[in-house]
Amino acid sequence: MSMTRDTKVTYGLLALFGIFGPILFPDYTLSIAYLWMMVLMASTWDTLGGQMGYNSLGNITFFGVGMYVSAIVQVSFFYEGGVAEYTSAMGSIKPEFTPAEYFWGLGLGILAAGVVGLVLSVIFSSFMFGLRGPYFAIGSLGLAIAVAEVTITIDYVGGASGISMPLFPGDIEFRSTFFYILCFVLTIISHFLLRWLYSTQFGLAINAIRDDEDKAEAMGIPTLAYKRIGWAIPAFFMGCIGAVAGNMAGFIDKEVAYPIPTFGIFMVAMALLGGKGTLWGPVLGAIIFHVIKEATWTYLLNLQWVALGLILIINIVYFQQGIMGWLQTKYPERFGIVVDTSTVTDADGKEAA
Amino acid sequence: MSDPIIKVEGVSKSYGGVKANVDITMGVERGSITGIIGPNGCGKTTLFNSIVGYHPIDSGSIQFDGQEISHLLVGDIARLGMLRTFQQTRIYGKMNCVDNMQISVSHRGDSKFSMFASRKGEIKDRAEHLLEFVGLYSKRNLISGDLSFGQQKLLEFAMALMNEPKVLLLDEPTAGINPTLINGLIDRLRRANEELGITLCVIEHNMRVIMNLASHIYCLANGRMLANGTPEELQNDQRVIDAYLGGH
Amino acid sequence: MWDNLQLLFVWAPIINVQVILDGIFVGAVFALSAYGLALVWGVMNIKNLAQGDFVIMGGYMALALHQLHVPLVLILLIVMPLMFMFGWVIYVLMIRRIIDQDMFVSLLATFGLSLLLQQVMNLIFGPEVQTIDMELPVYDAFDNMVTVPSSKLITLGLAAVIATGVIIFMKRSRAGQAIRATAQDPRAARVLGIDIDRVYAFTFAFNAALCGAAGVLVSIIWVIQPFYGITYSVRSFAIVTAAGLGNLPAVIGAGFGIGLFEKYTGAILGTAYEVAAPVSILLLVLIWRQIQMRRNRQVVR
Repeated sequence: MSMTRDTKVTYGLLALFGIFGPILFPDYTLSIAYLWMMVLMASTWDTLGGQMGYNSLGNITFFGVGMYVSAIVQVSFFYEGGVAEYTSAMGSIKPEFTPAEYFWGLGLGILAAGVVGLVLSVIFSSFMFGLRGPYFAIGSLGLAIAVAEVTITIDYVGGASGISMPLFPGDIEFRSTFFYILCFVLTIISHFLLRWLYSTQFGLAINAIRDDEDKAEAMGIPTLAYKRIGWAIPAFFMGCIGAVAGNMAGFIDKEVAYPIPTFGIFMVAMALLGGKGTLWGPVLGAIIFHVIKEATWTYLLNLQWVALGLILIINIVYFQQGIMGWLQTKYPERFGIVVDTSTVTDADGKEAA
Repeated sequence: MSDPIIKVEGVSKSYGGVKANVDITMGVERGSITGIIGPNGCGKTTLFNSIVGYHPIDSGSIQFDGQEISHLLVGDIARLGMLRTFQQTRIYGKMNCVDNMQISVSHRGDSKFSMFASRKGEIKDRAEHLLEFVGLYSKRNLISGDLSFGQQKLLEFAMALMNEPKVLLLDEPTAGINPTLINGLIDRLRRANEELGITLCVIEHNMRVIMNLASHIYCLANGRMLANGTPEELQNDQRVIDAYLGGH
Repeated sequence: MWDNLQLLFVWAPIINVQVILDGIFVGAVFALSAYGLALVWGVMNIKNLAQGDFVIMGGYMALALHQLHVPLVLILLIVMPLMFMFGWVIYVLMIRRIIDQDMFVSLLATFGLSLLLQQVMNLIFGPEVQTIDMELPVYDAFDNMVTVPSSKLITLGLAAVIATGVIIFMKRSRAGQAIRATAQDPRAARVLGIDIDRVYAFTFAFNAALCGAAGVLVSIIWVIQPFYGITYSVRSFAIVTAAGLGNLPAVIGAGFGIGLFEKYTGAILGTAYEVAAPVSILLLVLIWRQIQMRRNRQVVR
């Protein structure tokens, strides 16, 4: 992976912020943890939505399923009654987990959440990828709602009343730092995996699918295989981060696990704000969006959601190309895009001939 | 016909009440350049789409390299080694020319790992070589959507060659391009056939082009096969002349 | 579930009459909002995900008017023009700018609008479930096994009147003809001197008015809540996907179909599946369309 100077500086600044941010501003540790979480959500959404052109409104499904899966794994591994006896509906049974049990359970839970998310996405792929354009978007939204509704009918995971997650074995500061590190590391892993993927044939193939899927099929590109992987990667990371988010929240139910009107749409908005179909757009969009979100929460309180809805609409209606898209049209040469001006081609043409 | 690579037998296709193809039988000789002609609305494009798998056929059989393909999907047929170009020219408009070429490599017998192959090395060299072949080398780093229509047509042709198909079906390759470019294109089609050994099947409206290019020509009229033979035979066939003159 | 099945088909089959009647009542309302969606989708290629929130908005307007003791027919005559104006404003502010964009933009922008409307209604009316009680007589039949409130009969009648009005309007009026011409070929319509922008604005506003009317009816026969809108959007999409664009009889048929499906799911599985039912029917319709298209070697686009 070769990097330009700009890229190296950007990584350096982000690393400095990631490491020293929580040390310098300990009160904001969890807030910055949520920032990394949103970077991960927006970036992985962009794999499917921006790079492949399949605009999903349902990636949040894997987040919620991951949350529930990790709860089941974390409780069932070290507690005989399993999660069914542990749910709020069943009352006050609260076994204490030793630190070793807790951390093992959490690790396995995160992994299981990712794997189940991935498997689920492969199942969805079998009946979702015959849908194009608006049908895919609406269908994926339908999937998210359906999975959320089905979850609350399952008494095993507490039905509508939810599950209290195992207590963290440590003080509150250690807890914040621990979950912060988890979010930061997961985001770094996902970012560099995507960065590498976009540099391979896979990156070109999903771009080709975005530009003209009929052509891609006519050229023999195994589109379904690429699309499956293109959804499995976001699904895996959404599952993992869902498991972490569930433990950060401490309590999970339908609203926490399937925040369709909030995170479900924010991740799309962030990718759009920054510029979809670029590696850095979603990162930039997430950072800006998070700052706005925190600011509106501080100053507007119950008008926050109204304000965020307005920002979303203004973003989509008036500024669809996003910040990166705008920069790319304004300064194409900074992004290695060659623009055809007749003088340039003439000179080039003679040179080539 | 000694060794047909495409064999179409008794194919019929109708849309609603319109019979677009009736009992069409034809073959494309391996290694040849075969042409399909006919007046507007004669069913050329319907036949073409039946062969490449864009819609189901009502009856008959289509074989490619000895394998029945009339029930396969577009992608499966392409991976067998039969590729098509589009009349309206379709490329990946937001990617640059080299990327367009690199993703057009053949996917026959792909392994799972080749999905994540690096883009450097041999593939890139071949992509640039073929871009030079069609005369687009100097434009290789431009976003392909910014090219002129004729250049996009050349790029699409180069992408098809990148795929190393056994058969290439071309839907009106000279439609809408500058007459001065047509000769160059004919020359390159012929070279692709001779040097790369690709069988070509060309639908064409431009009689001068097809008579120059093809060794065997089929003529359709009103959804039926009217005549077939060498260019000379067809030029002297009264039925073909009537179809073209009477059809309009 | 087994008990419910036995109740329906063995012990008291007469309850089926109740379920079917209820299905028809709600189905008529679904058909109204679905036809509005089909209209904006077909004419201006906008997939409006705020469709259901327009419905709920109409419902809250009716609720507010009812508290002022305005009679039912007058409520309709006030809500529809108000929603018409609202739709026009939304068109000018939002829809006009996204009409030429790719489809996801319209989907996402209207989804954003949907979230915004939900939040505003939540702030104004609160998150409680509400309904209008018309205090009209309730008819019984079959030894009290089937009850038909006259308010439901009235709404069914009103829905029929509105639907007939829409049909006549689309067929006979100049505006209706302009809309149909634009749907078929916008460029030709423009050449013939039709002001496309006005047609689009009118279509979108007309859709909002239809949704508003549906909302008035919903607030009488059912319940409204700020966040219930999405289910109406989902139903509208399911109906339009199944019935196709611009085919009113098919839309009405599919509307009744979904109404029946939902009422039967409710009767058999219980109310826990109230939201899951319309969503699952949307997914089923989408899967069924894919199977259908795959037979033609095509995809759903």
